[in-house]
Amino acid sequence: MDLNTLIQILDSTIRLATPLLLACLAGLFSERAGVFDIGLEAKMLVAAFFSAAVAALTGSVWLGLLAGIAASLIFALIHGIASITFRGDQLISGVALNFLASGMTVLIARDWFNQGGRTPALIDGGRFQPVELPFAEALQGVPVLGPVYNELLSGHTILTYVAFAMVPLTWYILFRTRFGLRLRAVGENPAAVDTAGVSVVRLRYSAVLIAGVLCGIAGAYLATGLAAGFVKDMTAGRGFIALAALIFAKWRPWYAMGACLLFGLLDAIGNRYQSIELLGIAVPGQFMQALPYILTVVILAGFVGKAIPPRAGGAAYVKER
Amino acid sequence: MSLPKWADVVLIPLINLFLALFVSGLVVLLIGENPINAMKIMVNGAVGSTYGWGYTLFYATNFIFTGLAVAVAFHARLFNIGGEGQAQLGALGVALVCLALPWPHWTLALPFAILGGAIFGAGWAAIPAYLQAKRGSHIVITTIMFNFIASALLVYLLVGALKAPGMAPESARFPEGTFLPSARDVFGMIGIKFARSPLNVSFIVGLIACFMVWLLLWRTRLGYEIRAYGHSEPAAIYAGISPFKIIMVTMLISGALAGLMAVNAVQGEQQRLLQDNVLGAGFVGIAVALMGRSHPVGVLIAAILFGALYQGGAELEFETSVPREMILVIQALVILFTGALDNMVRGPVEGAFLHFGRRKPKLKAAE
Repeated sequence: MDLNTLIQILDSTIRLATPLLLACLAGLFSERAGVFDIGLEAKMLVAAFFSAAVAALTGSVWLGLLAGIAASLIFALIHGIASITFRGDQLISGVALNFLASGMTVLIARDWFNQGGRTPALIDGGRFQPVELPFAEALQGVPVLGPVYNELLSGHTILTYVAFAMVPLTWYILFRTRFGLRLRAVGENPAAVDTAGVSVVRLRYSAVLIAGVLCGIAGAYLATGLAAGFVKDMTAGRGFIALAALIFAKWRPWYAMGACLLFGLLDAIGNRYQSIELLGIAVPGQFMQALPYILTVVILAGFVGKAIPPRAGGAAYVKER
Repeated sequence: MSLPKWADVVLIPLINLFLALFVSGLVVLLIGENPINAMKIMVNGAVGSTYGWGYTLFYATNFIFTGLAVAVAFHARLFNIGGEGQAQLGALGVALVCLALPWPHWTLALPFAILGGAIFGAGWAAIPAYLQAKRGSHIVITTIMFNFIASALLVYLLVGALKAPGMAPESARFPEGTFLPSARDVFGMIGIKFARSPLNVSFIVGLIACFMVWLLLWRTRLGYEIRAYGHSEPAAIYAGISPFKIIMVTMLISGALAGLMAVNAVQGEQQRLLQDNVLGAGFVGIAVALMGRSHPVGVLIAAILFGALYQGGAELEFETSVPREMILVIQALVILFTGALDNMVRGPVEGAFLHFGRRKPKLKAAE
């Protein structure tokens, strides 16, 4: 494999890891605050649709992004109302939202655009354009580092850089601010937070809404950055891969980036090669697709370092007790 | 204060269902169709003819199995979201049985197909169950992962080892001796005309499964242990019930029930193994179990309701501009209102009962 192929694969790794990373960090906020979120997929999907739809109607990708985030926030709010206010089952709420997104997006797409559940293909201003990092062209001549800088690091959409910038930011918020300390505490021991006079409900709502914003960006990236428009069920299980990455990373931001890059790499390799020769054995493409899930189960099983979720995760907080 | 039983079992699910249908009606209205008219078309399409009934009960059979699978697990407070994958593996088991021998008659093939589907479905549930019981890995996450692994496995087998000659990634057609008698054949024998539909004798297998699950849960020692464990783990342990055993056995039964769905869908209708033979029925099972309050009778009623929804939704797409995806929306709203937002309805209803319950003695005192 020459340098060029390697760069191409890594370049598509970064592109494919971007939505995973955003959704994974969304899940990180939510689950660190004690609200399980298997509806990441749903939020990405509605955001993908509404960003593409509004971008197609107005021609402005930025309005599309806002619409995507708004749609995702509405879904986050429903999840919050069901699981925080009414203390319903967080997992069941997530399942319901996944169906709702899958049905609703196609329903509205058919009603608005009449193209069999897709939006019109986005052109020019309707998509996020690649951003050239400074001196990318000039440094192209430098051996190895030049192409790496020009073709691998430069030339992604702004949302990709946002996603990767979110990693240190998330780490800082969670581990270096008062809000982050309280957020993590509410996922471990909400009663203690309540006793200290801090509102459990408000903290959990803010975590769920932050997750909504991040999923919104992830969905908008899918429809207006990675692809040029919305197609039916275009998230294709990415929300669940992000969930897998979150567990793989044991609910830590920097590890989340590593896990998302790894799963992005598997996806990129799977897209490029039908099957791969490894140590003389042909590994089928389906195995590569299933690998993120298999790895997550192995991690969950605790054979390679145990993944322990936030202690109060999945349970509604009941004050009276 | 707790509600009277009829309110818990009948009133609250009905209010939840009404809310879900009301919101769905608003969605239909937004698309620019008349919700009342849409409802009429759906009801008529689902139960207005033997053709409609045939499809309604065919879908219902799938949902009975996946609904029972989720319901049994709920009793041990386990959320088996892996019905989809277990049903896929069940399909593999049924297909392997059907393709293994040149079966002479369906009465011979059916018991072995049931066995094949149940064993493969249970096998696919066994790993997440073991990991939950021994390693504490969250069963919801592992079963979700196993859904994806199952579909990758099936694609792998259908482009490889099991692929029939030709372009399509599907298995060879099953031998004729495995074909199950359809409702048309059965009713034809006693002289009743029944339209052509995929409804077949698996529906009766489904009814038997409902009865067996009821028997298991409320009339056997094991069922008692499962329910006791679901109510309170510490109390169950104190009573000498082994959590490991309960988690394993419950999940094996649950997986087996999900796997049985393939007898209806794969042996009964498709008569070959396709890439996606479950078509979301594993997830519908969650809605069915929630609506049916995890009781076999409730599951049966909810499964028929969802069968009607699927068949009615298909008719709706045919006759109006409301696409088939409306089914998904209604289904999502039913899960949301009966599952996640249950307390939203329960609170006011409990309040109402408390209010009227208190006033009665006062009135008597006034007299």
